[in-house]
Amino acid sequence: MAEKSTGPSGSALRWLGVAVAPAALALGFLWAGGWLSPHRVTQNRLMGELHKAGSYGHGFRRAHSKGVCVTGRFDASGAAASLSNAAIFQEHSVPVVGRFALGAGQPYVTDNPATVRSMALRLMPTDAPEWRTAMNNPPVLPLRDAQDASDFFASQRLDPETGKPDPARVKAFGATHPWLQAAADKNARRVISSGFADDTYHSLNSFLLVAENGTKTAVRWAMVPMQPMAPSDGKGEGRDYLFQKLIADIHDHPLQWRMVMTVAGPHDAVNDPSQTWAQEDRTIDAGTLTLNTVESEEDGPCTGLTFDPLVLPPGIVASNDPILQLRSAAYMRSFALRSGEKRGSSAITPAMTQTPESESGKKS
Amino acid sequence: MNPAPSFSPLARVLHWLMAVMILSMLFIGIFMASSVGPNYHRLVTLHRPLGIAILVLALLRLTYRLRSSPPPLPNDLPAVMKLAAKVSHILLYVLMIALPLVGWGMLSAGGYPIPLWGNSVLLPPILPHNPTVWSWLRYAHTVLAFTLFGLVLAHISAALFHGLIRRDTVLQSMTHTKTSL
Repeated sequence: MAEKSTGPSGSALRWLGVAVAPAALALGFLWAGGWLSPHRVTQNRLMGELHKAGSYGHGFRRAHSKGVCVTGRFDASGAAASLSNAAIFQEHSVPVVGRFALGAGQPYVTDNPATVRSMALRLMPTDAPEWRTAMNNPPVLPLRDAQDASDFFASQRLDPETGKPDPARVKAFGATHPWLQAAADKNARRVISSGFADDTYHSLNSFLLVAENGTKTAVRWAMVPMQPMAPSDGKGEGRDYLFQKLIADIHDHPLQWRMVMTVAGPHDAVNDPSQTWAQEDRTIDAGTLTLNTVESEEDGPCTGLTFDPLVLPPGIVASNDPILQLRSAAYMRSFALRSGEKRGSSAITPAMTQTPESESGKKS
Repeated sequence: MNPAPSFSPLARVLHWLMAVMILSMLFIGIFMASSVGPNYHRLVTLHRPLGIAILVLALLRLTYRLRSSPPPLPNDLPAVMKLAAKVSHILLYVLMIALPLVGWGMLSAGGYPIPLWGNSVLLPPILPHNPTVWSWLRYAHTVLAFTLFGLVLAHISAALFHGLIRRDTVLQSMTHTKTSL
């Protein structure tokens, strides 16, 4: 038998030889998974911080939890086609599924004009890959990278005594992140519009448009309302008045936005969404978004989707902005968590999004 | 003593190529699934074609394995070890094929486009869009990946046990280039 005919097979050294390789691999695996680096910002850590900051969970998105689904179309102007060969910049009547939401983690929060508003879109050309984008109404994102995001969410942790973030923590975040001050000030000075329909939504992150010949152009974009903008008077009746106004507006007439691409100038930061770009940058009107139906998230077309900003068609690629990676990873984790949970009913119910005609049709 | 029978050159090439690919894949997977960092998207972009390549190679390898006979285990190997060897190899094949399919299926159920190369070559969905199924398969993908990693560790330990402790022909049959066949 082999083990008896050949030397000291049971020696400690040989057994060590057997154990070392698998042990080294196991340690490497633990390191790769972040278990050996407690300070690393991981997907689980971000989800935990959002939870402590009051994110409701229970089947809802971890952030931007209160929303409605919309549908419509996008018509390209053709003006962006020289910068990007994406089908979306050339075609007409590209079907769109979208979502308007408030940037809070609580799906039953009372509408407040100061809360961040978002517009998320899934643009689906018939015979080309789709494009997803999620935009917010503040002009810049006061976060530079994953560490900033983690620190920010941690600073928003709810104090169990007050049910609100501890003002000392919030202040400390500002003091320890002076590079975000300019962005925070710019957002604080913005004029807040009266509702979802007359708001401007910004891509926040930068992307690269890729032309047919391979030329790359760094851009940011904004959806600029064609509805006249009226400043918010800060007043409103009831928990859901901003959403009720949006629903009434869409039922009244289709809502439209122009997609305005801003081309980065020589001094604009492409890798930092907290930096404002120069005023004199060239802009391009890439096309018009028209939204004509609104539905509750309950069984709505936007619910079982995540608006991952790195779901990009050929002709658009990610820039080296680190927040894009963070968003893509965190959205996927949030989507996996919420899809496995039993979901409560939405604040904006199917009854609230019914058109006046269908309601009267039911009564008769 | 006659030289020990070895696996065929094709079997050895497939084994070592897939060993590197599967270990890389497990490390890429665990890293990216925890990461929100600057390499996240690059790794996700690599994870998909590597997974499909493993699926294709695993199917080729299974076909080859079913048509050829590998070198026998030593006669004096205890029956329980023989059984463990057989069962663990079956499980390795099952997971090499199941993990890429679960990954592909979960992205399908999640309603994600599934770019294979760049963002113009897409894989078709293999399951209907269903967020509950997406969530379930996403969880299963993690559990199966951990199981595969555990099996790989057991496989390496067993190979080293054969090579260093029992000093029989088993490790040689996959490392040695000589064959008596």
